Amino acid sequence: MPDVKFTVDGKQLTAPAGTFLIEACKTNGIEVPAFCYYPGISLKAACRMCVVRIEKMPKLQTACTTPVSEGMVVQTETPEIAQARKATLQLLLGNHPLDCPVCDAGGECELQDMTFKYGAAESFYAEPKHHREEQKWSPVVYYDRPRCILCYRCISMCGEGMDVFALGIQARGSSSVIAPNVPAQMSPDDLAHVDCEQCGMCIDACPVGALTSGTYRYKTRPWEMNHVSTVCTHCGDGCKTTLGVRSTSDGSEIVRGDNRDKSGINNDFLCNKGRYAFDFANNETRITQPLVRQPNGELKPVSWETAFDHVGKKLRELRDTRGGKSIGVIGSNRTTNEEAYLLQKFARTVLGTNNIDHHRTADYVSFAQSLAGNTDRTASLRDTLTASAILLVGGDPTIQAPGTAWNIRTNVRNHRGRLYVANSAEIKLRRQAKSFLHLAPFGYSALASYFAGDAAAGSEAVGDTDALTTFREAIKAEENLLILIGSELRGKDLKKLIDFGLTLPGAKFALISDYANSRGAADMGLLPDLLPGYTPLAGNTTFAEYNTPAAPGLDMIEIFEAAERGDLSALYVVGSNPVSRYGIDPASLKDTFVVVQDMFLTETAVLADVILPAANLYEKSGSVTNSYGDLQLVSKAGDRAGVRTDFEMIVRIADKMGANMRELIPFGKGTRADMGQSRGVHSGEADRHAVWLAANNMEPKLSPFDPFAILDEIQRLVPGYNLLRLQLLSGNDQHLQPAASSNGLVQIGSRRDLVLPANDTLFTSGTLGRYSTMLSDLQHNESLRPPTGLTQIQPAAD
Amino acid sequence: MPTLVSHPDEVKVVSRRFGQGAADIDKYVELDGYKAVQEAIAKGPEWIINEMKASGLRGRGGAGFPTGMKWSFVPKQSEKPKYVLVNGDESEPGTCKDHVLFLHDPHSVIEGTMIAGLAIGSKLGFIYLRGEYRYLLKIVEKAVADAYAKGFLGKNIFGTGVDFDVITQTGAGAYEVGEESALMESLEGKRGVPRIKPPFPAVVGLYGGPTVINNAETIANAPHILLMGGEAYAKLGSERNGGTRLFGISGHVERPGVYELPMGYSLRKAIYDVAGGIKDGKKLKAIVPGGSSCPVMLPEEIDVGLDFDQMGKAGTMLGSGGIVVLDETVSIVEFALRTIAFYQHESCGWCIPCREGTDWIKKTLTRVYNGGGNKKDVDNVQYLAENMLGRTFCPLGDAAAMPTIAFVKKFRKEFEDYIAGNKAGTPIITVEQLVGAH
Repeated sequence: MPDVKFTVDGKQLTAPAGTFLIEACKTNGIEVPAFCYYPGISLKAACRMCVVRIEKMPKLQTACTTPVSEGMVVQTETPEIAQARKATLQLLLGNHPLDCPVCDAGGECELQDMTFKYGAAESFYAEPKHHREEQKWSPVVYYDRPRCILCYRCISMCGEGMDVFALGIQARGSSSVIAPNVPAQMSPDDLAHVDCEQCGMCIDACPVGALTSGTYRYKTRPWEMNHVSTVCTHCGDGCKTTLGVRSTSDGSEIVRGDNRDKSGINNDFLCNKGRYAFDFANNETRITQPLVRQPNGELKPVSWETAFDHVGKKLRELRDTRGGKSIGVIGSNRTTNEEAYLLQKFARTVLGTNNIDHHRTADYVSFAQSLAGNTDRTASLRDTLTASAILLVGGDPTIQAPGTAWNIRTNVRNHRGRLYVANSAEIKLRRQAKSFLHLAPFGYSALASYFAGDAAAGSEAVGDTDALTTFREAIKAEENLLILIGSELRGKDLKKLIDFGLTLPGAKFALISDYANSRGAADMGLLPDLLPGYTPLAGNTTFAEYNTPAAPGLDMIEIFEAAERGDLSALYVVGSNPVSRYGIDPASLKDTFVVVQDMFLTETAVLADVILPAANLYEKSGSVTNSYGDLQLVSKAGDRAGVRTDFEMIVRIADKMGANMRELIPFGKGTRADMGQSRGVHSGEADRHAVWLAANNMEPKLSPFDPFAILDEIQRLVPGYNLLRLQLLSGNDQHLQPAASSNGLVQIGSRRDLVLPANDTLFTSGTLGRYSTMLSDLQHNESLRPPTGLTQIQPAAD
Repeated sequence: MPTLVSHPDEVKVVSRRFGQGAADIDKYVELDGYKAVQEAIAKGPEWIINEMKASGLRGRGGAGFPTGMKWSFVPKQSEKPKYVLVNGDESEPGTCKDHVLFLHDPHSVIEGTMIAGLAIGSKLGFIYLRGEYRYLLKIVEKAVADAYAKGFLGKNIFGTGVDFDVITQTGAGAYEVGEESALMESLEGKRGVPRIKPPFPAVVGLYGGPTVINNAETIANAPHILLMGGEAYAKLGSERNGGTRLFGISGHVERPGVYELPMGYSLRKAIYDVAGGIKDGKKLKAIVPGGSSCPVMLPEEIDVGLDFDQMGKAGTMLGSGGIVVLDETVSIVEFALRTIAFYQHESCGWCIPCREGTDWIKKTLTRVYNGGGNKKDVDNVQYLAENMLGRTFCPLGDAAAMPTIAFVKKFRKEFEDYIAGNKAGTPIITVEQLVGAH
């Protein structure tokens, strides 16, 4: 659209023709108030707050529905306009309960802010206000009806944004209320409920305190919290969640999660997990003291020093007697890049083993290797919002990666993106698809072969091969196609699909995985056969300083097979629960010295000889990489006395093993650190750091416990991680591309399939999710819904 | 069936067949029915639109938009199907003209729909009847069925190769769907809430297709205009207000009823001659000239011609042609309450000023009426109404605000006296008793 010139409040402005006045004003720093307007959802013009005076128009006009036009002259703040807004506010306040002192939204309320600005202090009415009972729509969504100003944002958010349509308007005129899709008369408990994805976007969109969150309501006031923006730990989208944190007697408690500043890679969106499922951190079964198994089999709480001593001594002894090859290490896809990197470096250089793996939720190894030698071929999460065409093969983003699904829906709705879906299930996103190819069960391999040119494979992929041909030709006609791939495609299949995609001009790829740092874990080399950045072990020069064993180590399955044979002397598990995930026989670990760093006594932790209580992703700093390869900063929000970050624990264990710490973590010049223990275990990191630095006559640099100490090395050594630290620290996401060299590639076909998708639902999140009360409540809530799914209207019985 | 009235001053065009059994298709054909549409097929859309423009016909629903011009706005080429929509959601209190039209001459609406369809290149028309007019639906449905049976509707109508279909539909009892875009929402099966304009229906209307939507009386005029010629029709009326119009005169008059009078006819004569003057020799107190949304007129203001322009100049509106005459016995406080109670009940609730404004005015006036008023209430009511006016999403807010402002301004003393005098006590009744429970 060509630009037009117009005048607002005497300022000459320019905007593309067709831009709505309210947006054009906002872009130029002129705020026009509105309740019902919300960018990206349908226009309503219902609240009448954004009225402005446009020259040559007889009446005040709504800025939200008026496109700018050449020569338009607009006034946004005049006595006439202020009076119109004030009158509207007076009308709203007439029925509003004004329970601001106890309202969740108090201090974050658009109605409060506008009343403050336009001063609707007088009340004219003698009649009582409308009162209606509050409704609990679900464990996480409450509707306080009298507070509602009927802006209808929630309805559009749910319908248009989420494609759920759980909310509507009931009754008419001043009796109007927002109503959920399970009315009281159809509900088992005779109360109205929502049958929906529980994303809480309605709460986010609510300008007042009408919709409140089950996890947060009546807990505290917004100004009594610190608001820390960090990355959600749950799925692989890496959405920013802002955690509201309050001090408690033993740390900082997270009391709220939301998308407060909408500044993240997720823009407007946050799903139920990002919003509510922070409460695992406060679970009462959390371990807060190191536990060491006694000869009688009991777990006994010990001091951190004792625990580290014990682990360090034992691991050193086992390494020295039975060799590094007898030790296995399992990392996490929820720890930071720095922790993952440090863990594999510790394994390779201190323990002397390549027996390291993690729970792989997608085949990033094949992904990186298939793209080897190509640049600018991977997509960012942000691209899913703007791509002109998207091909989704496998996966179900609605459940697995809700942020991706949100972006795709928004793209189709607002940017007219074309979505092509090939899936063996009728996934919800097919409703946005221009074309949906219903694959045969397990038809992905055949589809990949067909795309790669094997015409005969077509009939195996899908019954209707004509539809398949049409589908492929439509894709081939797309330029700049974004190919989103589910974890169903692995190894050779994944390579075939990518090879096909590489023949399309401008096509980009992304592989969807399941947890906050699944991609980072693979990128950082938690793999038995590849160093960080998918660097082959053999002939490696990049990591020459590691001096690592050249032979590939044992993978996840092989580690436990070795344990069963009695060949595994020690197993070091950091933030993972392989015993449950892989169905390991607990007896197989009976001859292995097991160290587990975790928050809870998981199925793996209960088998351990030493359990070290760990901080979770919300209690530490560092960086994570989402499914797409977007690197983001993680900030410490919560805190719990008695737990430590995995980073610190790895450092301390390495130290106790007598490792050369400066080689492990490049934290500064001078002599060896005393790790601050001269000041006692409870002294703060900063103190320790300062004492140590002073003792060593050094300028303050980074503490060896600061994960940033190793970021330099990641940046320097890991192919593809040439990140900009300033961008990272500014809170910006930056897209990184795996830069696997095409030399010395492991043959994709010869490797066995180690991918185990998490298969989480909207209301589960691996082991961690089991400790979230809110997710349990939502699962229970889900089990109450009628078996037919969405409730059907039954004819009245009369 | 209501009694038909007549008066020598009437000029019968659209009411020409009333009382002659024209609901029967054979009778209708005998009375020159379905002639105009055949001529329209022969002469083509350009001719139709030119005749309509020449007729000076303005929308009879109340807005008074020139019909020929409205039809000409519909784009000739359209990817989506075009539609003709007949607005028979006659709900404005005081208005009862379309009711008589559907009762006595349903085929003229069907024929008019076909003509509009021919003019804009549409093959499908909808006749949307007010929910409360379900008893008229049978008549209209029979008329449509008869027209199909005769080959006047459907494929290859009159053997000319032209196709045209008509579908009938009733509302569910909301005044709000009389607003054209709310009617489309309702017809599409959605909640009856107006749409944001632009785009206007001529470009994006029903099911997203270009749509002409006209009041039933407007549409019914089309065959007559084509038969008599646009210019001849225009000459019947006043300047820029072509033709004649059905006026429903009700209230305290001797001969209430629906009369077809030329546009520009004197309001005074309409009340005193045509309708026979004030009932029982009482004094005239006030006139609501065009349905309840029109600002009230005082007896000294009635020397004005009944057309859109003259009524506008007089500070009120011609509206939907429902003239309500009030004699000296009427309490304006009660009348204002009845009026606002209607709009409060019918407000769709979409926008804040109308939803909350009508509710607070109604609550306040109810209390005033029940004897609990205080002096400030009159100012408050006026303040509320003035802050509603021109600021709502659709014209319903204006329809509630305009009469309220006029009542309070023109009868302020009556309100004040009522409030002052009420301290002695007036029978307390609830508003539900007053307006009837809904």
